[in-house]
Amino acid sequence: MDSILKGKTVVVTGAVRGIGQAIASLCAQKGANIAVPYIGPDPTPALTEYRSYGVKAEAYECNVADFGATKTVCDKILADFGGVEALVNNAGITADKLILRMTEEDFDKVIAVNLKGAFNMTKHLTQNFMRQRSGAIVNISSVVGLMGNAGQANYAASKAGLIGMTKTVARELSSRGVTCNAVAPGFIDTAMTAALTAEQQDAIKRQIPLGTIGQAQDVARAVVFFLENRYVTGETIKVDGGMYI
Amino acid sequence: METLKTLGEIVNEYKGETLNITADTTFEDLGFDSLDKVDLMMQVEEKFGVTLGDDVAVATVGELAAKIDELK
Repeated sequence: MDSILKGKTVVVTGAVRGIGQAIASLCAQKGANIAVPYIGPDPTPALTEYRSYGVKAEAYECNVADFGATKTVCDKILADFGGVEALVNNAGITADKLILRMTEEDFDKVIAVNLKGAFNMTKHLTQNFMRQRSGAIVNISSVVGLMGNAGQANYAASKAGLIGMTKTVARELSSRGVTCNAVAPGFIDTAMTAALTAEQQDAIKRQIPLGTIGQAQDVARAVVFFLENRYVTGETIKVDGGMYI
Repeated sequence: METLKTLGEIVNEYKGETLNITADTTFEDLGFDSLDKVDLMMQVEEKFGVTLGDDVAVATVGELAAKIDELK
């Protein structure tokens, strides 16, 4: 049976590596066209992978923290793809320090990308979703937003904020058939966790009941669940190996 | 009158229909809920260069046209 994503357009911010790439890749495998607002690494390898599944895929250089730039990019994506059915707010950064050392700039820049970036993208695509009376928004939160984590006051605040925004948008747009949900990953095998030492990784694994670090594909499957299921909204799924029960 | 005519065009485009919009047409007649009203108000603000806010107390299209003319 074909996925309801087949032929639809999914916007995944920051889908040029890591979790975002796994999400966009799974959507592309289900036949969805992919639009990727990004900054940083060359998007070509990721786009080549998505296109290998026979779908349209384009990248748009844009800092999601920039309200005006996201408006321009959302309008361009709508014009290029002829509509958008789903948005995955994945783009995120960290600037870890104990609060004792954390600067105002450390705090502001993480909130600007992780939380305001999701607001900007959602805001600029809401009218499109409302008018077509359907749409799915998934915000990539973090288990850290639920349980806290020393050294991540800014990141945890942004990720907890996303859950509040998710529930609010779910309430506001439900009458238009638009769902909004969140996925809260735990420790996932990405460039970020690969940079940790073996000792650090072992210490992390001891906190995880399932005993292993998760894969980006595990997160992608939870995102696709929300994109394909039209009767779940305002929900958060943890993909954390039981780290926070 | 010009304002009412333009408002009628905006409403018809929003509804995707060709309705006979008069000054007495109510937003309830149009089947507008609160989201529709906010969406319409944003378009009206952009079109007429006025600021209405989300909770502008107007029940009919005529009342909205009068409010816009007052603010212009």
